[in-house]
Amino acid sequence: MKPPPFTYHAPRDLDEALDLLAEVDGKVLAGGQSLIPLLNMRLAAPAHVVDVNRLPGLSGIEAGPEGVTVGALARQAEVARAGVHPLLGQALRLVAHPVIRNRGTVVGSLVHADPAAELPAVLAVLGGSVRLARRAPGGTGVRQVAADAFFAGPLESAAEPGELAVSAFFPALPPRSGSAFEEVARRHGDYALLAGVCAVVTLDEDLHVAAARVACVGVGPVPVVADVSEVCGRRPAATVPWEAVTEAVRRAVEPEDDIHASAAYRLHLVGVLAERALREAAARAAAPP
Amino acid sequence: MEHEITLVVNGAARRARVPGRRLLSDCLRHDLGLTGTHVGCEHGVCGCCTVLLDGEPVRSCLTLAVTVDGREITTVEGLAGPDGLSPVQRAFEECHALQCGFCTPGFLCTVTALLRDNPAPAEDEVLDGISGNLCRCTGYQNIVKAVHRAADLLAEERAPSAGEPPRDGEAS
Ligand SMILES: Cc1cc2nc3c(=O)[nH]c(=O)nc-3n(C[C@H](O)[C@H](O)[C@H](O)COP(=O)(O)OP(=O)(O)OC[C@H]3O[C@@H](n4cnc5c(N)ncnc54)[C@H](O)[C@@H]3O)c2cc1C
Ligand code: FES
Ligand code: FES
Repeated sequence: MKPPPFTYHAPRDLDEALDLLAEVDGKVLAGGQSLIPLLNMRLAAPAHVVDVNRLPGLSGIEAGPEGVTVGALARQAEVARAGVHPLLGQALRLVAHPVIRNRGTVVGSLVHADPAAELPAVLAVLGGSVRLARRAPGGTGVRQVAADAFFAGPLESAAEPGELAVSAFFPALPPRSGSAFEEVARRHGDYALLAGVCAVVTLDEDLHVAAARVACVGVGPVPVVADVSEVCGRRPAATVPWEAVTEAVRRAVEPEDDIHASAAYRLHLVGVLAERALREAAARAAAPP
Repeated sequence: MEHEITLVVNGAARRARVPGRRLLSDCLRHDLGLTGTHVGCEHGVCGCCTVLLDGEPVRSCLTLAVTVDGREITTVEGLAGPDGLSPVQRAFEECHALQCGFCTPGFLCTVTALLRDNPAPAEDEVLDGISGNLCRCTGYQNIVKAVHRAADLLAEERAPSAGEPPRDGEAS
């Protein structure tokens, strides 16, 4: 239960980090709350580890009218404390435990792309994006990857070897919107291992549902986004045909059996959780805090 | 390749030569001889190895020693003051919040930081605060009591004018 040997690098600025990542076949070390368990369990054995914890200027949490930009070194606990986005706050309470969140980063969780992790669902349902930087001839190459292209498979994101994720952008909720995150896990802080659903609902001026989206995790290789606006219909949340909505969400996912739960149970759960999350989000949209 | 690092542990600068892969938990225990920090699972689940990094509780088994070069670490050995056990430690003793004691260093560090940030936590805040620490002996009831008791002891310390109430050693 100790990491295998590797060559350790601690670049002091972004240029040095990108040079190193271009040169060596290295793994980025951010909060270490996923990478170090993998090293300790010898499930990963990188020849080089590039520790980005000393890079200046990557800890920012910037909230604007369009949304929130979270830097690569902003810890999950700091982002939760900043209170900059309701859905991020709702999701972060479910991520691991307070002590893990003191080190773990929001961006690291996105790049790690665990299929049962909460934060990828948040990025997916909001239609956010991740900024990736790499050494390019004569400078720095930067690309912005949208959530639907960022999550490529279980534990696989679009970040390529040599690339550093510098920040993630979470769009703000539109006016008269509410959000919620519901999950079932056997133990608190143990991912959404059975299933998790986050929802965003936007109401119109008459408080009828104008838009409703969910993202489901734990039920597929990547977060599954379902737009259920049409199924909900332009009506008050109280008269939404919830059975049709849960059916639509269940049709969108293809969960699998594993040691934690059967596919059939997950399919059942995802419908129940989607209805709960959507109702809660609609209630919050109607009565903002 | 080895790295020369300096950690400020419990107020004293300590130097060590460590390979990049040395976990902070092993650096504290093996290189610095501070075996109060316990190691249970080495993948972040049990919380035994929790120490304070610049005052914030972190898993020392999920932190490389080189990453925290130059920073301040507080281990269970550093919690007591010149007058003896800290209020959190006294509360654990009073409330019988430990049996074998293996999990205790992690709980003490976690709770010390919890009560600094939230001096009067509600029951659910206590449960959430210690949710990442496992104890195989106590069944948690007395640990939860000890957190509330520690909050009371700390409040008394902050308001000395209220006078020192009798300490009868009973869990309230
Ligand atoms: C006991 C325990 C319980 C947990 N429970 C949950 C949970 O319930 N839900 C949940 O979502 N997570 C959970 N986690 C994981 C935690 O949220 C991690 O913090 C997170 O997955 C990874 O973030 P990190 O900063 O620690 O990344 P690291 O561990 O440092 O890195 C993870 C991976 O991402 C890569 N990476 C990280 N940052 C960058 C970057 N900026 N650019 C390029 N690559 C990068 C690394 O190379 C590595 O491959 C848990 C962890 C533990 C130990
Ligand atoms: S030994 Fe670090 S959490 Fe278990
Ligand atoms: S007292 Fe034995 S594990 Fe907690």
